[in-house]
Amino acid sequence: MARIVVQTEDFDTGAELARLTAGRLDVGGIGSFIGIVRDTAHGNPITAMTLEHYPGMTERAMTRIAEAAEARFGLLGCTLIHRVGPLSPGENIVLVLAAAPHRQAALDGTAFLIDWLKTRAPFWKKERFADGAQGWVDAREADDAAAARWGAL
Amino acid sequence: MKILYFAWLRERVGRGEEDVTLPSDISTVGQLVTWLRGRSAGHEAAFAQGRLVRCAVNQDFATPDATVTDRDEVAFFPPVTGG
Repeated sequence: MARIVVQTEDFDTGAELARLTAGRLDVGGIGSFIGIVRDTAHGNPITAMTLEHYPGMTERAMTRIAEAAEARFGLLGCTLIHRVGPLSPGENIVLVLAAAPHRQAALDGTAFLIDWLKTRAPFWKKERFADGAQGWVDAREADDAAAARWGAL
Repeated sequence: MKILYFAWLRERVGRGEEDVTLPSDISTVGQLVTWLRGRSAGHEAAFAQGRLVRCAVNQDFATPDATVTDRDEVAFFPPVTGG
């Protein structure tokens, strides 16, 4: 059963890991990805980032991605937590956890989840630069290619 | 019909949401975009880079040939950049 959360506050990675295995002994491994705000974009210093999303569609898209991953990789559970609102360099943005009986499913499930999250979940990043300029982050073709290697969602 | 805009489309249109009454001769996303572009200079600016505009109908991704009715929630936004 997937845990899907969109929140402004930070997440506790240790607590989330513990939650995935609580009360069960069939989990053999957990894959994880944690996205963090960098302090530069294309060599330009960043002072802040703001994440906007489409409430309703966001949770719907994340649930669909999680259900696809659970079915495809036989996951025993997964966690998707995405932060929104203002963030500073060094802060967490996203947590992806995938629990499975064996490592390959856990690692592949984690990659599948973050690849589709980056290309199918309606979030948008706006960066504020050290000189005061602001700009919306452009989508990267490399992200589409990464998701496409998994076939259709 | 409820129309939503996000990210730089919201900034160019000047609002995040609007209620419109769909003209009877409009039945697809593509026709809706053409009609919306005529509503203001901001709308025109928002949709000018058509290649970079994505659409969702009732919170599912939709293509220009997707059908729309007056009861739908339609959102326009740039390619997503989360994660």
